[in-house]
Amino acid sequence: MTLNYTSDESARELRSRAIARASIYVFEAPVRLWHWVNALAIVVLMGSGYLIGSPLPSMPGEASAIFTTGIIRFVHFSAGYILTVALLGRLYWAVVGNVHSRQLFRLPLTSLRWWSEVLFELKWYLFLERVPKKYVGHNPLAHLMMVSMFLTTLVFMIGTGFALYSEGAGYDSWQHLLFGWIVTLAGNSERLHLLHHLGLWMMGIFVFLHVYAAIREDIMSRQNLISTIINGERAFKDDEP
Amino acid sequence: MFDHDDSFYQVIRRQGVSRRSFLKFCSLTAASLGLGPMVASKMAYALETKPRIPVIWLHGLECTCCSESFIRSAHPLVKDVVLSMISLDYDDTIMAAAGYQAEEILEETKARYKGRYILAVEGNSPLGNDGMYCFPGGVPFVEKLKSMAADAQAVIAWGSCASNGCIQAAKPNPTQAVPIHKVITDKPIIKVPGCPPIAEVMTGVLTYMLTFERLPELDSQRRPKMFYSQRIHDKCYRRPHFDAGQYVEHWDDEGARKGYCLYKMGCKGPTTYNACSTVRWNDGVSFPIQSGHGCIGCSEEGFWDRGSFYSRLTDITQFGIEKNADEIGAGAGVVLGAAVAAHAAVSAVKQVSDKKNKKNKDL
Ligand code: HEM
Ligand code: HEM
Ligand code: HEM
Ligand code: SF4
Ligand code: SF4
Repeated sequence: MTLNYTSDESARELRSRAIARASIYVFEAPVRLWHWVNALAIVVLMGSGYLIGSPLPSMPGEASAIFTTGIIRFVHFSAGYILTVALLGRLYWAVVGNVHSRQLFRLPLTSLRWWSEVLFELKWYLFLERVPKKYVGHNPLAHLMMVSMFLTTLVFMIGTGFALYSEGAGYDSWQHLLFGWIVTLAGNSERLHLLHHLGLWMMGIFVFLHVYAAIREDIMSRQNLISTIINGERAFKDDEP
Repeated sequence: MFDHDDSFYQVIRRQGVSRRSFLKFCSLTAASLGLGPMVASKMAYALETKPRIPVIWLHGLECTCCSESFIRSAHPLVKDVVLSMISLDYDDTIMAAAGYQAEEILEETKARYKGRYILAVEGNSPLGNDGMYCFPGGVPFVEKLKSMAADAQAVIAWGSCASNGCIQAAKPNPTQAVPIHKVITDKPIIKVPGCPPIAEVMTGVLTYMLTFERLPELDSQRRPKMFYSQRIHDKCYRRPHFDAGQYVEHWDDEGARKGYCLYKMGCKGPTTYNACSTVRWNDGVSFPIQSGHGCIGCSEEGFWDRGSFYSRLTDITQFGIEKNADEIGAGAGVVLGAAVAAHAAVSAVKQVSDKKNKKNKDL
């Protein structure tokens, strides 16, 4: 059965447990581990990336003795590698993990039912609905944002990041082999820098909204969120469908 | 004049250049192309035996800075070497012949060296008003270019004009100038961008083509890799200051006097592919960064339209006023912050009133 991650599916999943107020194991350990490694890497990348674009005030002394920008770049590239390897691990887990581990990688765009719930969720955010629906995984709007805003930006940043990296690594590097075409596609190195730099702000906006939404929903929705991404268990606050 | 079919070696010996100097030239050129000593002897052999390749040098819409640069080549020295190495049969700016006599050479070369001569193009062709904005010898330049390219073996695009359009193609491009690859689509084109390109790069490319009778290895933008595979920043002598985090913050500060990195002054070295930081200019005397000014990215496509020469990234003008990426990000952040704060406040009110309602119901 293909999943559309809608509320009736969640209800069915809940009903399948004997006790209605079940807590369901949603995010398996690798997903949670990935979430926090990924979050940490992104915070580090945003900080170091910003400092690459707008470096700190100059350091006095001999250039041979200090390596400030060098270290910042090193941190940026290391975090970039960790981010990438973690995403590959996450992709692998989407193949072997539970249904909720796949939610990040597929959008049920053809399901009208799903779209109507996206709309419903939007109304809930706009204070036009009084009672939110229950979701075992991400709610449809969150799901949409996770894929369209987070995953897309992430892949974009990894692509442009390694393309920039390939410019320094040279024509005989594997980075050039795999990502060199992105430099060509951007047409010019300066434009590539600009695009990568704008991605910082895109990612920043996501993180900001995401953390706000997570805290707000933890308080206001009918399921818990923050402890779910820490211990994996989704608990519900009421027994109503 | 020399016989067309003489080799380069025969020509320079006649000019009194010794064999010793000739071999020295071969080693120097091989080294400047990044090739080994074995290649130097191969080069010497080729220059001794092969008839010189005829080169036709056309001038379109341009400022002649490429020619100015070219004639200052030190290794090889243009006077002794390049003008005898190739057979520069036509170059309307520096040739002695003029008028019909000069234009005849074009037809003659076309017929006699069909498919063998190299077409070197300085400048580009404006397409606006049927090409009327550039009209050498009584024909639109674009016609002359097409006709000479038809029988050429390969085409060299000298400088940013021919390669990328340069200033005459910058916005709003009133004459509709286009780089030559937009006009010539059926011949191998090699681009040697720069405003102007470095003299040794120009002569180096020609020497390579003469010696090996093929184009040098090109990158995805058709620039020769041996000169354009690295950015100014990769080999810049101020790079240690970049890595150390030592920057010029104002044009007249301590850092400027100490020769710190020009990144914060908008140096475009990190995004510019050229050989300035290795080959340098005027016989290796200096290059812009060495003189204290950032690179302006003159060899990159569209460099006139990429915002200020003093900002490293292009300003974004789509919003009416010029903003850099960070200003836009900060603006979005402020709007977002305000929206989220308002939203959180309404959410809090709702949460409290929902609780009250619930309590009322429970009672
Ligand atoms: C009236 C405005 C909005 C409100 C009240 C709101 C609230 C919420 C809530 C409650 C969630 C669900 C969290 C979850 O179940 O995981 C969420 C998810 C999300 N929303 Fe919004 N949202 C609003 C508008 C936006 C806008 C305009 C964007 C993007 C431009 C956005 C981006 C996101 C993202 C990225 C998520 C996924 C994060 C997560 O699941 O925690 N939201 N939002
Ligand atoms: C750079 C920072 C972060 C990024 C990029 C990020 C990204 C993500 C992504 C992609 C998911 C979906 C996981 C999946 O489906 O596999 C997720 C889930 C989640 N994250 Fe984050 N996260 C960040 C920081 C945080 C922080 C600081 C919190 C805590 C407040 C948090 C709370 C959550 C929660 C509660 C969920 C589960 C949402 C749900 O239950 O529907 N995240 N995050
Ligand atoms: C969320 C992810 C990321 C963010 C927010 C981010 C942010 C940034 C920013 C703001 C810059 C400065 C751009 C400029 O002004 O020129 C930068 C540069 C760079 N980033 Fe990232 N980046 C991310 C991921 C990556 C990844 C995955 C890599 C791959 C290793 C990478 C490699 C680079 C490189 C090579 C540079 C250029 C460094 C230089 O010019 O010295 N980035 N990044
Ligand atoms: S002066 Fe320019 S090219 Fe040189 S290290 Fe600094 S930024 Fe790079
Ligand atoms: S340093 Fe930059 S702007 Fe100056 S000549 Fe070289 S490529 Fe052109």
